[in-house]
Amino acid sequence: MAARARTHAPVLELKGLTKRYNGRPVLDRISLSLAEHEVVCLIGASGSGKSTLLRCADLLEPLDAGSIRLNGGRVAYEDRDVDATRRKLGIVFQGFNLFPHLTVVENVALAPRVALGLAPAAAVRRAKELLKSLGLAEKAHEYPDRLSGGQQQRVAIARALATEPKVLLLDEITSALDPVLVAEVLETLRSLAASGMTMLIATHEMAFAADVADRICYLEGGRLVEEGTPRRIFGAPRDARTREFLRRVRSISGGRRAPGR
Amino acid sequence: MATGPARKGLLVATFSTLLVAGAVAYTVGSSPAWPEVQKAFFDGRYFSTSLPAVAEAFTINVRLFIIAELLILPIGLLIALARSITAPALTPLRIFATAYVDFFRGVPSILIIYVLGFGVPALQLDGVPKEPFFWALVTLVLIYSAYVSEVYRAGIESIHPSQERAARALGLTRVQALRHVVIPQAMRRVIPPLLNDFIGLQKDTALVSILGVVETFKQAQILKAASFNFTPLMTTALIFLIITIPMTRLVDHLAAKDRSAQLGGTR
Repeated sequence: MAARARTHAPVLELKGLTKRYNGRPVLDRISLSLAEHEVVCLIGASGSGKSTLLRCADLLEPLDAGSIRLNGGRVAYEDRDVDATRRKLGIVFQGFNLFPHLTVVENVALAPRVALGLAPAAAVRRAKELLKSLGLAEKAHEYPDRLSGGQQQRVAIARALATEPKVLLLDEITSALDPVLVAEVLETLRSLAASGMTMLIATHEMAFAADVADRICYLEGGRLVEEGTPRRIFGAPRDARTREFLRRVRSISGGRRAPGR
Repeated sequence: MATGPARKGLLVATFSTLLVAGAVAYTVGSSPAWPEVQKAFFDGRYFSTSLPAVAEAFTINVRLFIIAELLILPIGLLIALARSITAPALTPLRIFATAYVDFFRGVPSILIIYVLGFGVPALQLDGVPKEPFFWALVTLVLIYSAYVSEVYRAGIESIHPSQERAARALGLTRVQALRHVVIPQAMRRVIPPLLNDFIGLQKDTALVSILGVVETFKQAQILKAASFNFTPLMTTALIFLIITIPMTRLVDHLAAKDRSAQLGGTR
């Protein structure tokens, strides 16, 4: 486990998360905790439960069993103040889900103004600072559909950061992008990681995961099969299922750089 | 300057339209009783004498539909929201809203006008107004709020659930998500069907004539009864068309614009 994981208190603790759809388990007793400033990457095939895990961790869906702690306090989907809890968690979706009727700066300023109750001018100021730090200052007054996919996804990141969350959850955010645009979004995540943002990232980008993660978790069939440092998971996976997954990933990744080869 | 094929299309369109119009005019004009029918329905003298009275009475219709529309817009939205409530504690509200819409969409307007316009004042309750205009207004608002709520609801449901989820993920409450994210997007989509319903409402203001409100249709009937000539009714029809045709074109224009925006956008 990464050194910084031991030295800080856990920010997000998931314990025994279980989620069933029509009786079929999609999450099966998953336990995982994130220390402050830690970056954890979830890898696994489509349908392995990565997206469901993130949605449950963001309290967007009720659990069938298990508990979630944020900064030590128990939180749940059913809480009366669940909206306040969600402000402390940021999530970015694969499909951007920007608000098409609002400009870029309005997209980012909406939550600070409406959910945090900031004055409109202060919300816009915060939004503009975030956009500037992500290199999107000149796009502030455009509508989202005028932007490239990579720019839209970076706006979605800025929007998720606007409530100053303790943890950022990212759900395969480069999967819907052209390969050319993937790089700029991953670059944004690298600089966020460098700035100390605590992140839980579901991704298919193995090279990126190897590079940026403190810890890798391999999911299969809704179970957390194996976790460890990138070096260990990619270099010496213990579980046969992890080895098989990585073997298949490497055989199809072709010209792209795959770690641990 | 029109290009070759476009110009040819225009020529064909003009020719076929003239041909059809000519055929209809000839068939009607050559019918054995056309001179009598023309005198009964399209008499120029009766048209010009009926125009001032019928037009003046039309201001009642205008007042009726403008006040009704201003009330229907918020009431319809409230009903639509009541129907999309998911909180278990508020289930009675949802059931009431659903029953309301089913009833007022399912019963012919003219029956509702009879029951409310004659029945309620007949109860002689203290403080309940008896003016036919008031009851005409209430009836139209009740009926059209049901239709308009369905338009709103369709608009709200046409916004992809991922939009509301994105708003909730940012920490907005359900109400905030509806107010700032879902409803503003739904509004743009519902304007054409909303105006369509308002065209229907404007025509239906003629129905309240049965309550004795002397609006344009009632006025035309009075003139018809005095002269034994139907031309005043045609005058009324013309006045309605002057209002509704531009509105219909506006609806078409907005719908076409919306369609091209959706095809062109990458959302």
